[in-house]
This record gives sequence, structure tokens and C-alpha cells, in this order.
Amino acid sequence: MTLESIVLNNLRRRKGRMVFLVAGLLIGVATVVTLISLSNALTADVQHKMEHYGANILITPRSDDLSLSYGGITLGGVSVDSREIRQADLAQIMTIPNSRNIAAVAPKVLGAVEIGSERVLLMGVEVDKEFQLKKWWSVQGEPVTDDGQIVAGQSVANALGLQVGDELVLRDRPFRVSGILNKTGSQDDHLLIASLPVVQQLLGKPGTVSLVEVAALCGDCPVTDMVNQISTALPGVDVSAIQQVVKTRMHALDQFRSFSLAIAAVVILIGALVVFVTMMSAVNERTREIGIFRALGFRRGHVMRLILLESSLLSLLAGILGFFVGMGATRIILPLMSETHVALHWSPMLASLAVLLALVVGCLASFYPALHASRLDPTEALRAL
Amino acid sequence: MAFINIQQLNKTFTSDADQVVALDDLTVEISEGTFLGVMGPSGSGKSTLLTILGGLSRPTAGQVNVDGIDIYALGGEQLADFRREYLGFVFQAFNLIPYLNARENVMLPLAVMRLSAREKKRMANQVLERVGLLPRAEHLPSQLSGGEQERVAIARALVNGPPLILADEPTGSLDTATSQSIMDLFSELNADGQTIVMVTHNNENKPYFDRTIVLRDGCVAEDSATRPAAVACAG
Repeated sequence: MTLESIVLNNLRRRKGRMVFLVAGLLIGVATVVTLISLSNALTADVQHKMEHYGANILITPRSDDLSLSYGGITLGGVSVDSREIRQADLAQIMTIPNSRNIAAVAPKVLGAVEIGSERVLLMGVEVDKEFQLKKWWSVQGEPVTDDGQIVAGQSVANALGLQVGDELVLRDRPFRVSGILNKTGSQDDHLLIASLPVVQQLLGKPGTVSLVEVAALCGDCPVTDMVNQISTALPGVDVSAIQQVVKTRMHALDQFRSFSLAIAAVVILIGALVVFVTMMSAVNERTREIGIFRALGFRRGHVMRLILLESSLLSLLAGILGFFVGMGATRIILPLMSETHVALHWSPMLASLAVLLALVVGCLASFYPALHASRLDPTEALRAL
Repeated sequence: MAFINIQQLNKTFTSDADQVVALDDLTVEISEGTFLGVMGPSGSGKSTLLTILGGLSRPTAGQVNVDGIDIYALGGEQLADFRREYLGFVFQAFNLIPYLNARENVMLPLAVMRLSAREKKRMANQVLERVGLLPRAEHLPSQLSGGEQERVAIARALVNGPPLILADEPTGSLDTATSQSIMDLFSELNADGQTIVMVTHNNENKPYFDRTIVLRDGCVAEDSATRPAAVACAG
């Protein structure tokens, strides 16, 4: 017979009373687990989508000379033919330590061409990669599928009166307009887009590119580290992070997490109140029993230990059950919150956190009832005497 | 020096409206090995005397010495240790823990002692044997008769070998035959040298005591060990 065996006997023979406490804490823990696992899964989902959202690292030739503007970003030396990035060097990008975080590398060559009296910016792209990077592009007609095709931005098409299927001659080379880009609201509207090798040849820049957009993103990606890694791999170019994009993405994720944490805190507070009320009423019901313990020579500390041991065991149970119930709830809710299939990750860290949270909340909420029990006057408790 | 020395004990209960004097300058000395019966009408202060003697309720004034220890000079936790080491309580309502079986109830005072599980069980079995309840050791209180529950309560009071047993109306809720067997048991314990202080208002128990005091209005009105004139209440 020890304090532990008294507690176990009590729990074994008076199960009904404690179901309420376990249920209260279990709901709290399960809600926290659900919110955190949902938040993690949705964050992963958002990150996955963001990887397809656009570039966040820009590689440009190092130049102090003239510049042309594209997409609100000043490009060094684009207009100066002597400084270009060698296309063969781009393979080095995939050798950086964080290469697994790179979703797409989209090189492009830019140059001005004249059509009649208009000067237009012609961009050569690796079509598949460019369309992978710019999911928001939609084309009337078809995107570029062979070397003889060209896609016109909305503004260029309007200015030149181009229609899908029209013929267009650039520097004596004929192209067929396969599609017209729907209005994007960006400088893409002012471009003519054709395949990279064709434009390189047309502009007399074989094997070189003007700039490279890199989509490298996830919430925990060290973008600035990756910028440094690419700079090292490709000496002689400027590599810069588009901070605004990164910050916007991180802000969205942070807001989602903050919201989850706030909800979790409220639910845990309610759980703590349930534990407090249940333990307090259990102590009041057991006043006489506590009086007997005190009369038999139990110290105040022994009585406190009895109550706290009991709440710890119940909290442990609530923590373990809460984790599984929470994960089960996530499994049911997740498909309703995401259009795409998002994998549910069973995290041992989250399981430990759930159990620890239940223990801490259970013990803190039981501390006052335990203190109250230990302070009961034995003669008041033992009315028989 | 007497084993128990109670000097000028006063206990006053104060409520909003008035004061009730439960013990009034009570002085008693009790020798080791005595079977003392404390008798008297309801409200005479018997149970108050027992709770104070048991270290459960602090007196308003006066001193209680047990085996040379001034028990109300002890701190709260030391008083709990004193109860565990010096006292065995037998309550009128048995006060067994309903979710523990007979043996576990008997082992309760040992729960906070540093003894092996085997030793605790041996000690419990020994006292259960003594009160004739070893065969019923695995039964819950609800499965035992009133007399059997009283015996479990006595075994619990004996298990840690305390020098003093305090019993409050132990036969109050038992039939005559069962009361007799319980009083026989107390008598046997006393014969083995156990000091017992028992509060009762049942005159049939009187022959078992080797000393009886009668309380009235919180002081000793009669003491079988002293001439009546010497113990008359001051008031």
C-alpha cells in the first residue's frame, strides 16, 4: 500500500466520476492537436502551391551599365550585348546544397525588335518551365509548341492588331501567332514570347541568357542562404531575392498559425476550467475521506500528492487519447479544407506535445483543488468525531 | 510522570452570535496501560477532548503532553507525524475507505511509511488475524457486516503499533452481542499493555474500563480514580 496504489484503487473502482475530467481535457487536447496538425498540413499545402506561384530569386548579369526594366525589376545590362549569362553555367544551380528546394529554373533571353515603326521587347523562354512558373498565364489559342510559333502579350497584340493565326516577320524570320496572352496586368502584356533557342539565334546571342527566374520556396526555405549558394555557384552574376514575395508568403503563413494558436489557447483554457471544476468537486465529495487520511497521520504534502497523482494519471490518459482523437478529426476535416490531396503527417513531436500539454494543464488546474484538500481541517472533515 | 498529562485544557467555539465553552479548565493525568472510559451526557465535551487528545483540534488554552511531548507545540506536519506514530483512531462510523478492501484499509497508515510492500502486508495480516478477520481481508467494506467493519477499523488503529488508541463510541452503531465482542477485543488489547481512551455513553461498557471519568459542562465531574470532592467542577 502506497500513495500510488491508493490512487490506482480509487480510479479503478470509481471510474464514472473521472470520465468527465478525462473527457474535458481530451476535447481540449484533441482540438489543439487538430488545429496544429491542420495548420501544419495546410501550411505544407500552401507552401506546395506557392512553389508554383512564381519566382522569388532573380539571377541577372553583373553590370554597372545601362538597364532595362522588366516586371518592376531593374535588369542590369540587358541592353548591353557584351554581358550575358552563359546558359551552360545554369546547370551549376542544381548543385547547391539546397537544390531540393528549387521548384523551377526559368532562363530567358531578352532583346528589342522592330516591327514596322514599333519597338517591341522579344523574350525567348524555355516554354515548359516558363508556363510551370507562371501558372496565372492563360493563352487564347495555344502556347508556343514549335520554333515557328510566337505568343503575343495583350498590349502588343492590341498595338499591332495581331490575331491568333496571323503571320509576323521578325528580322526576316516568319512566325505564326499561336496564341495571345490574356491580360496579366504586368509587363508580360508588352512582350512577344518565343522559344529560347530561336530568340537566341534571332538576337545573335547563342548560348547566353539575359536573366533567370528561380522558384525556390517553402516556409522554412532559407532564401537568403540559397541566394548566397547560387552566387557562389555562379560567380560573375547578381543574385537577388525578391523579398516582397517571400515576406508576403511568410506573413500569410504566420497569420494562419497565429489564428490556430489563439483558438487553441481558448480551448485549452476551457479544458483547464473543466479539470479545475471536476477536481474541486471531487475534493469536496471526498472531504470525509481526506479527514480520515489526515487523522491517520498523512501530512498535507501526502494529501496534495494524492490529488496531483490522480490528476496526472488522468491527464496522461487524456493526452494520449486526445492525440489520437485529434489526428482522427484532422483526417476527417482536412479533405474538406483543401482542394488538393494533402498528406496527414503523424508527428511524434506533436504526440509528445499533446501529452505534455495535457499533463501541464491537468496539474496546473488541479493545483488549487489539491492545495484546498491539503488545507481541510481534519475535524471539520471528520464530522463523526 | 503520567503517560498522558492534560493540564487546564480549555476549548471555546465562537460563532457570530455566541460562544460555547466545550472544555473548561479540564485537568486529567492518565497512566500508561490504562483503559480509560470517558463518559457523560451529550454536549459534555467528550468528543472535543478526544479530538484535542488526538492532535486534530487545537485547544483555546492549556497543554496536552503525551509521552512527554507537548503535542500542540508541534508544527502542523509534525503533528501529522505524531498522529501516525503515537495514535490509532477508531471512529464511531468506522470511516473505512469504500474503494479499498479490508487489508488495504488496514494498511492505510503504512502507506506513507518507508517499508517494503511485503512487510506492510505482513503487518496488516498480523493485526487482521488478531481481530479475527484475515479470511475476509479481500472484501470491500460494503461486503462486511457492521461488527466486521469495526474490527477492520480496530486493526487499522493497531497496525503501526501505536502507544495510544483513541476510540469514539466504537459500539455506538452495533447490536449488543457484537458490542460485547468488540469490547472483549479492546479488553484483550488492554491486557497486553495497550493504553486506550474510549468515549462512550453506554453504561454497559463501564465494567470493561479500569478507570472512568465523567464529564459535565466541559470539566471532570467524576473520576473513579479520585475521591468525588477532589474533582468537582469549579462552577
